[in-house]
Amino acid sequence: MSNATSQNETVHRVSFLDKDSIRIPILKILQADGTVYENAVLPVIDEALAHRIYDTCVFTRVLDERMLGAQRQGRISFYMTCTGEEASIIGSAASLDNQDVILAQYREHAALRYRGFTTEQFMNQLFSNEKDLGKGRQMPIHYGSAELHYQTISSPLATQIPQATGVGYSLKMQGKRNIAICYFGEGAASEGDFHAGLNMAAVLKSPTIFFCRNNGYAISTPTSEQFVGNGIASRGPGYGMYTIRVDGNDMLAVLAATQQARAYAVENHAPVLIEAMTYRLGAHSSSDDPSGYRSKDEEAKWQQHDPVKRFKLWMINKGWLTEKQDAELFEKYRSEVLAEVKIAEKLPMSHIDTLIEDVYDTPTPRLQQQLDTLKKHLKKYPKSYPKSEGRV
Amino acid sequence: MAKINMLQAINDALSMALGTDEKAILFGEDVGHFGGVFRATSGLQEKFGRDRCFNTPLTEQGIAGFANGLASNGMTAIAEIQFADYIFPAIDQIVNETAKFRYRSGNEFNVGGVTFRTPYGGGIAGGHYHSQSPEAYFTQTAGLKVVVPRNAYQAKGLLLASIRDNNPVIFFEPKRLYRANIAEVPEGDYEIELGKAEVVREGKDITLLAWGAQVEIIENAADMATKEGISCEIIDLRTLAPWDAVTVAESVKKTGRLLINHEAPLTGGFAGEIAATIQEECFLYLESPISRVCGLDTPYPLIHEKEYMPDALKTFDAIKASVKF
Repeated sequence: MSNATSQNETVHRVSFLDKDSIRIPILKILQADGTVYENAVLPVIDEALAHRIYDTCVFTRVLDERMLGAQRQGRISFYMTCTGEEASIIGSAASLDNQDVILAQYREHAALRYRGFTTEQFMNQLFSNEKDLGKGRQMPIHYGSAELHYQTISSPLATQIPQATGVGYSLKMQGKRNIAICYFGEGAASEGDFHAGLNMAAVLKSPTIFFCRNNGYAISTPTSEQFVGNGIASRGPGYGMYTIRVDGNDMLAVLAATQQARAYAVENHAPVLIEAMTYRLGAHSSSDDPSGYRSKDEEAKWQQHDPVKRFKLWMINKGWLTEKQDAELFEKYRSEVLAEVKIAEKLPMSHIDTLIEDVYDTPTPRLQQQLDTLKKHLKKYPKSYPKSEGRV
Repeated sequence: MAKINMLQAINDALSMALGTDEKAILFGEDVGHFGGVFRATSGLQEKFGRDRCFNTPLTEQGIAGFANGLASNGMTAIAEIQFADYIFPAIDQIVNETAKFRYRSGNEFNVGGVTFRTPYGGGIAGGHYHSQSPEAYFTQTAGLKVVVPRNAYQAKGLLLASIRDNNPVIFFEPKRLYRANIAEVPEGDYEIELGKAEVVREGKDITLLAWGAQVEIIENAADMATKEGISCEIIDLRTLAPWDAVTVAESVKKTGRLLINHEAPLTGGFAGEIAATIQEECFLYLESPISRVCGLDTPYPLIHEKEYMPDALKTFDAIKASVKF
């Protein structure tokens, strides 16, 4: 049996490894003022790509701001922002082929937008109306689109990680030059699924990028209470996996790392782990209030590392963007989001018949019987069920 | 038609599934060259290659999550969980993911191509962790199909139907019959429809209902009852989710009595669901209370296995009590 210890030296007195035995550099390309570090090697990027990335940044900022507001007004039940983490999500999404399969955690709507999900489609899901692709069956932010190869979000944490290994393996078996990318937070890396998924990907040679957004908090729990070792990246070599740590607030660093990770995964049918060091500027979700567990000073410090501002400055320095164009872009999306909110919230919910659809490929006789019984009841007491009233 | 045992029938079905569907992939702990702990997958890696039949690391949640990923992207995933007792680490992936993939996405994505095969049940002196019958846990979860064969013939036909079904299936294999049950099994390709019970034997005084390895037990009990002049109708449920209430209700309307036998503990067992439904469907036809002969509400015992089991004698006794009620 092979056991990968043969290359190790031997010692003859007790000598432990500690957490500092593993030193992991962090890739930084773009500085806070929008200039590039000396000797930095840029990713593959031209003006058109930069605009598509920045456009997605602005849309996401506007969407997050407006929809968090809509949640506060009671117009939608729940919301999650990715404020502060845009470079991690958009930089990686922009490195992919459109046929690469995205398995997101819950905070990666910017990647879905980058793929082309329309403002209207976002609103239909958030308002759970009859045009929602998910038929109004999940809480807001649980987007999914088969057309855009973005698998529907599942609430339980980390379940997408071993699934991504399976998706990556399926792409290999189908002879495609594509990969699966799996997003998760550093909190999810504590779940068993994380270990199961990464170990299986390494052993079974599944072309999959595991992208950890290390944003500092799992709801209210800071990383100091989540792990003692050297972050998430230190685990990659333990699984025998190519690994890189990047500045997650640096669009160019994320782009460069993911472009090369993807090329490696495709060529070698092998997984890669990326840990993006970032910060969750917003709350965990609309049900959370971070003022209870972290300081204003800490947040203010991270505001200075705003990934969107940093990338904007780079584009301005390149002469690809002006402050005026930037302001116009924000304004365009503010009115677009507002207009779509007004349309989406007026649409009715899907018909009651959809309640028993998709449990199985076709409803079973017992399901049909249960629906018939329910409809009789709804017809008898229509006023008690105002949302389905008159639509039975 | 050759006489073969249940393991050979399962191996034959798996070989046929891989041979007829190039997207089918078979995996699990030790299923590769070794052929699985019970040798159900013997020779398949040699036949179909290491990419399509392989060992996984020891991680049931990983196996289930990997299966979901494969199937969500168009593959046919046939996963083995080495013992049904070890399916619990995978329960989140199966209950929250496999079962809900289609529903939660509005059919944008589904994992209908997943089949989990797993040996279940006692009778092999396996104690707590090699003998459980966890089928009822999964019947509570909408979106899963739960299938249990009782002999080699069914094992092949039901397994092929399960693998090819457009819904995820958990396929429980009665391991005490793996080598004990030998039957005539067609060499060719055939499927047995899921969701349909089988009337194994017709009778007029009482309906006996079981699935998997317990069908043999109720057949033995029926033979004992025949000698006392009691005519038993025997039904094998074959699929527990979705289950064939129509066939069972028709039988009970004819016989007026129902006895359900399963190996899993009584409380929360699937017999409770059947009893409640049949009571509703057949209330005015019933001549006696619906009887349940099941495992005790204990962990599966080692030395008291014979006493624990809902065996033929306990069943026979319950038949007499029901008929004399």
